[in-house]
Amino acid sequence: MILAKVVGNIVATQKNQRYENARVMLCQQITPEGEETGSSVLALDAVDAGVGDTVLIVQEGWSASTVATGKAGAAIDSAIVGVVDRIDLLE
Amino acid sequence: MQLARVIGTVVATVKNESLQGRTLLVIQSLNKDLEPAGKPMVAVDSVGAGVGELVFWCRGKEASFPFKREDTPTDCTIVGIVDSDKHVAR
Repeated sequence: MILAKVVGNIVATQKNQRYENARVMLCQQITPEGEETGSSVLALDAVDAGVGDTVLIVQEGWSASTVATGKAGAAIDSAIVGVVDRIDLLE
Repeated sequence: MQLARVIGTVVATVKNESLQGRTLLVIQSLNKDLEPAGKPMVAVDSVGAGVGELVFWCRGKEASFPFKREDTPTDCTIVGIVDSDKHVAR
């Protein structure tokens, strides 16, 4: 899983049918220290995350489509599976 | 999934039979500010996208799921068209 910050969402009327009723969130990958790495990713929201939240994103298709749509086997490669409260690192 | 801009089309007469009838498009991935990020790629279209449109694409094995033929050889498929640049809320 990767750590990311939710920076927005997108609206798409024409999309794969398995994306119906899903929220597609625009996320910016971050380091454990909280710095942005420069790579962005779109992920389906499975936990009601909001803009500004630090989140956990799973990037494996079976897990992502199951958690985001309730069924496996969809063209979904990333899903938000948790909102991070805090990260403790060794000094 | 990633945001991308469709920047061209690809014509390939000889291709795997499970790709027959599929549209191949050249896409340029974008970052959150809609600036180009990374190298252009060729994607299979599943939603009727056209050149110039802002789209998002799915990577990996999951990219073949929109098609009836599950052996459709693709690791990059366009799965949605963003309504407009303004429909990316930041």
